[in-house]
Amino acid sequence: MKSLLKALFLSQLIWCNGVAQAEPRASGDLGLVIEREQGSVQIVNTSKNSALSRITELGDLSHASVVFSRDQRYAYVFGRDGGLSKIDIIQDKLEKRIVQAGNSIGGAISQDGRLIAVSNYTPGGVKIFSADTLEQLADIPAVYGDGQLSKVVGLADATGQRFVFSLFDADEIWIADAKNPREPQIQKFKNIGKQPYDALLTPDGRYYLAGLFGESGLAKLDMWQPEAGVQRVLPDYGKQDEKLPVYKMPHLQGWTNSGNWLFVPAVGQHEVLVIDRNNWQLLKRIPVAGQPVFVTARPDGRQVWINFAFPDNQRVQVLDVKDLSIIKTLEPGKAVLHMEFTPRGEAVWLAVRDDDRVMVYDTETLAETARLPADKPSGIFFASRANQLGL
Amino acid sequence: MRYCYLILLLPYYVLAAEPSQQRQQDLDNMLKHDCGSCHGLPPKGGLGPSLMPEALAGKSDDFLLQTIQQGRPGTAMPPWQNFLNKEETLWLIKLLRQR
Ligand code: HEC
Repeated sequence: MKSLLKALFLSQLIWCNGVAQAEPRASGDLGLVIEREQGSVQIVNTSKNSALSRITELGDLSHASVVFSRDQRYAYVFGRDGGLSKIDIIQDKLEKRIVQAGNSIGGAISQDGRLIAVSNYTPGGVKIFSADTLEQLADIPAVYGDGQLSKVVGLADATGQRFVFSLFDADEIWIADAKNPREPQIQKFKNIGKQPYDALLTPDGRYYLAGLFGESGLAKLDMWQPEAGVQRVLPDYGKQDEKLPVYKMPHLQGWTNSGNWLFVPAVGQHEVLVIDRNNWQLLKRIPVAGQPVFVTARPDGRQVWINFAFPDNQRVQVLDVKDLSIIKTLEPGKAVLHMEFTPRGEAVWLAVRDDDRVMVYDTETLAETARLPADKPSGIFFASRANQLGL
Repeated sequence: MRYCYLILLLPYYVLAAEPSQQRQQDLDNMLKHDCGSCHGLPPKGGLGPSLMPEALAGKSDDFLLQTIQQGRPGTAMPPWQNFLNKEETLWLIKLLRQR
């Protein structure tokens, strides 16, 4: 018995020492993989193509997204069930978790990194929290008509401590200036187009573009001069074409800017649209292998990778921006839900939900270089997002 | 997509029965993930409304069957008739009511 205790004690000692002497961990090449079915995330390393740990019991992550603190130490995970979880990715632990609404869709971190905003479906609106403590600072109900609350989508952070978002049921875009976070000032834009379903901020932070589900085109707001109001982009696009049923809403965050071009998923069509940012006209319609969900540019803008809605979600296509043509169709596995580039784009990670794995591809050879097991992975978010406006 | 071909090949009397074990698993997966992308997991609601038993309590199988097969034009609910036959849809409805 004594020797057993001694052995235990010794092993404890070794273990403690081991921890004390462990290399300090940096987080610039880390990321999170969302495991949607079991409500967990994996912390991964993109230099080593390895998984470091798993954080569990994060609630319903069937539609989850992540933002990072500017020191890249903390990841804030927004879950479908209104959960907001703050994860310390250096120490592999859940720092704090609150449930702030009944049903939520996404979030953003302020320019200075001090505020977290969450957009909610129920109760429809936006709430603002301290990034440090997750204390609630403000509640902005998305009231419209005679007192109804709208679902809020397309929440992004803009310069000047502003948050900008769209009201799906109210056809409005709001800007909340949170310089005084306990009393945000709201500016509203009405009749921006029917059913904005998601939005993006161009990487330079200048334009906020909301995609419309209920009619053709996009609504555009110039964040340099919001007083100029919302303008419509491509209002007549695809009007004469038959719209296919949409089995998954396209996502706009991660839509892209490459030089002066924007690459946009066409709603209900098997097409990617290229918009010229100089005149906001359609430059080209590129036929693709299904209804695009994410249309994401490699960080250098040379390639755009596209994934698709059910029933074409086993495919991924690569578009060469040099001559605006599809150069490769990949079939990584069943249900490719998301794609995330490493900070400088030499590799891309794909979440292959129904095959329970994450796959890594070399973006030059377009060949697979690694795969990691993951339980029904749906989203991949790398810490390099910490330094990008609108992500 | 694959399944449509399968369904076309199957003789009708097979369709009238419950979906096969394998198909039931696929349907369950579809409900969790493909329906789940709009309705949540569990389906407590998202862009689409809650499909929990309480929410469906007052609604007939026929009504729900119609909604799932045909979709609801003018809303984000798409038609699933190319991917789900009537029996499969009824099986899904049963599953939803039992949760
Ligand atoms: C692209 C989003 C989307 C997907 C995917 C989707 N739904 Fe829906 N669904 C909706 C919306 C939106 C409504 C509400 C329509 C309305 O306003 O009447 C709805 C309504 C319904 C209803 C009627 C509920 C009620 O209370 O009347 C049922 C049942 C339903 N969906 C089942 C399904 C099933 C089963 C699937 C998967 C096979 C599915 N949905 C996939 C968006 C979706």
